[in-house]
Amino acid sequence: MFPLDLITRFFSRESSKDVAKERLRLVLVQDRTDLSPSLLEALREDLVRVISHYMEIEEAAMEVEVVQKERSVALTASIPVRRVKPEACPPRKG
Amino acid sequence: MGIAYVITSGKGGVGKTTTTANLGAALAQMGRSVVMVDADIGLRNLDVVMGLENRIVYDLVDVVHGHCRLKQALVRDKRLDNLYLLPAAQTKDKTAVNPQQMRDLSRQLKAEFDFVLVDCPAGIEQGFRNAIAGADQAIIVTTPEVASVRDADRVIGLLEAEQLPPPQLVVNRLRPGMVARGDMLAIEDVLEILAVKLLGIVPDDESIVVSTNRGEPAVLGRSRAGEAYRNIARRLLGEEVPFMDLGENGLFGRLRRLLARR
Repeated sequence: MFPLDLITRFFSRESSKDVAKERLRLVLVQDRTDLSPSLLEALREDLVRVISHYMEIEEAAMEVEVVQKERSVALTASIPVRRVKPEACPPRKG
Repeated sequence: MGIAYVITSGKGGVGKTTTTANLGAALAQMGRSVVMVDADIGLRNLDVVMGLENRIVYDLVDVVHGHCRLKQALVRDKRLDNLYLLPAAQTKDKTAVNPQQMRDLSRQLKAEFDFVLVDCPAGIEQGFRNAIAGADQAIIVTTPEVASVRDADRVIGLLEAEQLPPPQLVVNRLRPGMVARGDMLAIEDVLEILAVKLLGIVPDDESIVVSTNRGEPAVLGRSRAGEAYRNIARRLLGEEVPFMDLGENGLFGRLRRLLARR
């Protein structure tokens, strides 16, 4: 059992280059957008508040993330909707 | 009217000065008139890499402040007639010059030379701002390492914000053996991450240390790195030069050739 385990570990070990590439990818998403996790959380809460005026959403299943393609960055949000509020009216502007 | 390139990287120690010296010497060997500008005020280095440190009388700050004429400050290379250096000041700091002064200087130099190569200091502060101010194009130097690629990405973003055309990339100190083992980012990885055009690949080469010791750019002798820099210079002149196949001298390359011969 032991030698087999060693062999599989040897062959499946991720190369250090792949580790470097993945770490770079993650750090660059943050660098390029300058968006800290706390800012992203605040954005998420604001989104929930605004959207809740119009629809009932499943907040727990909501996903907000920043994705990158080439040198551009996009904000994507996946927000499962339970129902549209028929009584919805635009919030009063302060 | 010539063209001004800034050689920049963000991170220090990745080979900006070596790249500037070798491209300058290679372009001059190919018959172009070239001036290399050391924009690293307070930490000048291009003079020693070029072996011209004993010939400096005036410097960039003297020119900008009108203490001498531009021609008086230009140091002519001892090996190549059409190659000049405008040294940085060593006793001042980066605030001694501003971007507008650098733009004016670049315009004057472009009127006299085919190529103006500005060696940018590390960092993204005022020294960087000064160095890119007079540039028409940028060359980014990076090594295949996380810190260097990350800083290159940041600089690429800043150049974009300054509305310079998309920069071209030189990947320096590549070690083909390590790439083959999966222990170093490959060219394709770096290009995928940075999404810029590749200008050249320079292999890690001990002869660079030797040529820097002697103050003789590698392109003046025979070495893999020198050959790589000559190829880059030819590409800057508009030639289509295939990228060096660095894998060929590694174990896999030799094995492949052995098998192919049968």
